[in-house]
Amino acid sequence: MTKTRASGRTVGGLRTLSLQAPAVTLLLLWMIVPLGMTIWFSLQRYNLLMPEVTGFVGFENYEYLVTDPALWAAMGNTLLLVGWVLAITVVGGTLLAVLFQQDFAGRGIARVLAISPFFVMPTVSALVWKNMMMHPSNGVLAWLAESFGLPALDWFSSLPLTSIVIIVAWQWLPFALLILLTAMQSLDEDQVEAARMDGAGPIAIFFFITLPHLKRAISVVIMIEMIFLLTIFAEIFVTTSGGPGLATTNLAYLIYIRALLDFDVGTASAGGVIAIILANIVAIFLVRMVAKNLED
Amino acid sequence: MTSLRSSNSASPWRSAASKRVLLAVFGWSVALVIFFPIFWMILTGFKTESAAIADPTLIFSPTLESYQAVQARSGYAHFALNSVAVAFGSTLLALLIAIPSAYAMAFLPTKRTKGTLLWMLSTKMLPSVGVLVPIYLIYRSTGLLDTRTGLIIIYTLMNLPIVVWMLYTFFKDMPKDILEAGRMDGASTLQEVFFLLLPLTLPGIASTGLLSVILSWNEAFWSLNLTSSKAAPLTAYIASFSSPEGLFWAKLSAASTMAIAPILIFGWLTQKQMVRGLTFGAVK
Repeated sequence: MTKTRASGRTVGGLRTLSLQAPAVTLLLLWMIVPLGMTIWFSLQRYNLLMPEVTGFVGFENYEYLVTDPALWAAMGNTLLLVGWVLAITVVGGTLLAVLFQQDFAGRGIARVLAISPFFVMPTVSALVWKNMMMHPSNGVLAWLAESFGLPALDWFSSLPLTSIVIIVAWQWLPFALLILLTAMQSLDEDQVEAARMDGAGPIAIFFFITLPHLKRAISVVIMIEMIFLLTIFAEIFVTTSGGPGLATTNLAYLIYIRALLDFDVGTASAGGVIAIILANIVAIFLVRMVAKNLED
Repeated sequence: MTSLRSSNSASPWRSAASKRVLLAVFGWSVALVIFFPIFWMILTGFKTESAAIADPTLIFSPTLESYQAVQARSGYAHFALNSVAVAFGSTLLALLIAIPSAYAMAFLPTKRTKGTLLWMLSTKMLPSVGVLVPIYLIYRSTGLLDTRTGLIIIYTLMNLPIVVWMLYTFFKDMPKDILEAGRMDGASTLQEVFFLLLPLTLPGIASTGLLSVILSWNEAFWSLNLTSSKAAPLTAYIASFSSPEGLFWAKLSAASTMAIAPILIFGWLTQKQMVRGLTFGAVK
C-alpha cells in the first residue's frame, strides 16, 4: 500500500486526478443532478399551477403520457422528421461530396457557399424560409410556381411537417457534406485509377470504391444527426408552434408544451426520461465507434 | 460508333475541356441553389419594407434604412452584446477548465484516461430537452433565469466535452521531447504549460475556441427557454420576429444578416477543425 503510493505512477495518477478534478466534477454534476431530478419529478405529482397537490405517484405520469394520443402523434412526427431529414442529408450529402471532390474552376468558393447554411443560427434559417421562401403570396417559391403557371402552395398549412423537414434538411445537408468531403480526402486515388484502367465506369467506381470507403463516415453522420434531430426545437418554435393541431409537434416540443405552457412538471419529466432513453440508444453505438477509433 | 470514337480521340482535349466546363456549371449551380436563401436574406436587408414583399427582383435601389431601424426600434446592440458576452464568456470558461484536464490526459495518461474521455463525450449526448424541467426549476429558484450568467454556465457545460476532446487531440499531436527538454532545463509544470505548451498549440486552442463560440452563438434551445428580454442573445431576439404582426422582412433580414455574418466567417475559417470536433475524431 505505502509502496504503491510512493511509486511515481501513483503520484502521477494523483496529479492527473487534481488536474482533471474541475472538468470531471462539473460534468458529473451536470449529468447526475438534472438527470436525477428529471427521474424523481417523473415519479411525482407536481404541477406548478397546483403547488399544494404533491406526492409520489409511481408510474402514473408515464401511464398518463402513454395513453395520451399527443405522445404518439409527437413520436410519429419525431420519427418522420428524423427519418426524412436523414434520408435527404445522407443521400444528398454523399452525392454532393462526390461532386465537390471533382476538380472544377472555383471549387473552393463553391464548397464554402454550399456548407454555409450549417453556420446560420436555427431561428434565422427557419424565419428566412418561412417568410421569404415559403410565404404563400410573397415568397420566392410562390413566385417561381406562378411563373411556371402552377398554383402557389401555402406550405405551412397544407404541408406543415414537410416544410419543417425542408428547413431542417437545408441546415444539416451541409453538415453531411462537410464530414463526407473530409472522409473523401483519404480515398486512395491509385485504387480509383486502377479500377478505371480495368474499365470500371464512374457508377461502378462510386458503388464499389467510394461508397464502401465512406461507410464509416456515413454511419457517424447518421448517429450525430440522430442525436441532434431527435430534439429539434427552435425551427418548430418560430414557424408553426407545433401546429396546425399537433401536425408538427415532436417529442421535444411536446415536453416544452407540458413543462412551460401547462406547468405540468411530472408529465414533462416523464417525457424527458423517454427522450433521454431514445437518445441513449443511439449514443451507445456512437460512443462504441469513437472508442474503437481511439485505439487505432 | 467507330466514327464517334475516332472523333473523340482526335480531340481528346476538347471533350475533356467541355466536360470540365459542364462540371463547373453544375457544381456552381448546386452551390448557388443551396446558398440562395442566405443570399436572398442579405439582399432583402438592403430593401425597403415594401420592396421586400414585392415580386422578387435583383434590381432595386439599396438602402440602409432597415439596418438603422433595427437598432433604433428594437435595440439590436443590446442583444448582440448579450450574444458576445455569452459566447465568449462560456468559451473562455470552458477553455480554462478544459486545459488542465486535456493536459493531464495527453501527458499524464493513466489506465482510466480513455474511459474518462469517452464518458465526457457521452454527457454531450444527453438531450437538453430531457433536463429542461430541472434546469428551469433550479434557475427559477436561484434567480438565474434571464441572466447572462445562467446562459454562460449552461453553454460552458454544454461545450466542455467537445473542448476537452479537441484540446486533447491537439496536445497529443505535440512532440513530447520539447516538454521533456523544458523539464530538463528546470521548468516547473506551470512554466511548462505557459511558456511551451500553450504557445506551441495556440492554433489548435484558437480553433477549439472558435468552434465553441460558434456553437454557443447559434444555440437556440436554452436561449429560447431560459431568457426573455434582459439576457436574450441574438437567437432569441430573432425569434421575436416570428409573431404574426412581425411582417417586417427587410428588418428581419437586416438583423439576421448582422447576426450570422461573424459566425459565417468563423465557420469558413475553421471548417476543417470543425470536423474533428463535431465527430469526436471518428472521421479523419
